Amino acid sequence: MLRVERLQVAGLPPLSFEVADGECLAVEGASGAGKTLLLRAIADLDPAAGDVVVDGEERREMPAHAWRRRVRYCAAEPAWWTDTPRGCLPVSNPARLDRLMQSLDVDATLLDRPVAVLSTGERQRLALVRALLDEPKVLLLDEPTGALDPQSSALTEELIRFQMLSGHSVVLVSHDRAQVERLAHARLLLSKADNGKTNDRVRAS
Amino acid sequence: MSYVPLTPLDILLAAALLIANGAISWGFRLGLEKSIAIAAARMVVQLALIGIVLKFIFAQSSPAWTVAFALVMVAAAGVEVVARQHRSLDGWRTMGLSTATLLFIGTVVTVLGVGVIITPDPWYAPRYMLPILGMVLGNTMTAVALVLDGLSEAANRERSAIEARLALGAPRFEALGGPLRSALRTGMMPMLNAMATTGLVALPGMMTGQIIAGADPVGAAKYQMLIMFLIAGATALGSFLAALGGVVLLTDERHRLRLGQVSNAKENARV
Repeated sequence: MLRVERLQVAGLPPLSFEVADGECLAVEGASGAGKTLLLRAIADLDPAAGDVVVDGEERREMPAHAWRRRVRYCAAEPAWWTDTPRGCLPVSNPARLDRLMQSLDVDATLLDRPVAVLSTGERQRLALVRALLDEPKVLLLDEPTGALDPQSSALTEELIRFQMLSGHSVVLVSHDRAQVERLAHARLLLSKADNGKTNDRVRAS
Repeated sequence: MSYVPLTPLDILLAAALLIANGAISWGFRLGLEKSIAIAAARMVVQLALIGIVLKFIFAQSSPAWTVAFALVMVAAAGVEVVARQHRSLDGWRTMGLSTATLLFIGTVVTVLGVGVIITPDPWYAPRYMLPILGMVLGNTMTAVALVLDGLSEAANRERSAIEARLALGAPRFEALGGPLRSALRTGMMPMLNAMATTGLVALPGMMTGQIIAGADPVGAAKYQMLIMFLIAGATALGSFLAALGGVVLLTDERHRLRLGQVSNAKENARV
């Protein structure tokens, strides 16, 4: 369970909401409304006043890196710091790596190709694998299918749904209306015009 | 002293070479005429003053005067490190970091070089202490400036990769590992290169100075070896401390990458 209380993200009224285990909250709003900034604030990558709690544990009472192992921000444009994707993977169990790669239909040989020759879609799927490898509790996904073809998008949605089934909470930023319909249990609309009122989560129909 | 003293006319003759600098700048419209004039004037004034000041301090030969002048040198080096930064690291914190680093290394290496190895009588003899501190400080200052500049440059360039590592749960020193290593290398390379070519391609200033002043070249070479080792240790240690401190300056206590601390400090104040 992810609980956000009066989180102050630049330019937005204080935000409060909850995402239960196994649920997905879709964050919507125009470009520049602060969707990415909200995800970054929850992951503690940008300073933001307010409380964020996961399973009763407060963000501020945990070392920052331990927090980010539990609350994983997955950027829209993933970055790599080694020549091949494998160097950027956290060390963890190879069985899980295989499973994740297969579920997204990513060929295992891509792990040892230079990142520079991979397609945008391949990189995006590898980044999702990388983000899920050490089983973070909360997933903050910024346009996870933004660079994917319909087939890969479907597989990615399937993987996200599977994560929800196994008890993870998901905060999803997506411009794909149909995808939000399919995945989200609730929606949060970001707009700067909202005059300091707390955004309540709205049940999706 | 058995060297030929220089007259003002001799200096003036050498200064005539600056005409070449001026002509090149003018011919290619580099716009450097003013900078050349200012730099040359500063050099003459600073050296003339330092000659007089050192003469005074040598005459006093008191520990207080020697240490006071050493502190002035450290402070000036700290200011110079900030002036050499291209990216806007927070100026005051950068100055604090570099001055502290230079003070620590200047003290340790000079105590080792003068107090333990050379052991002049008296120990505070400014004739030994100040030139050695000056050479150690000058090189360490360059290393610290290169490391901090390289670190902030790399952190800006590799921002998204660093943030990706942070997001995956890496602590700041791990997330900034790449920039940290490349900055350390940048800081230590000049001295390595200098050690490899010294005596073969370049005759270092201190050794030439001693030789001109009439010292035995073999003795001068020994002094040069000593000072090279002191500088090598000082630049390595200085690069290390500056790199560690630089990572702290570029991040905050929650291990967030904070590029441009000044503007962010303003944002935080507003919240």
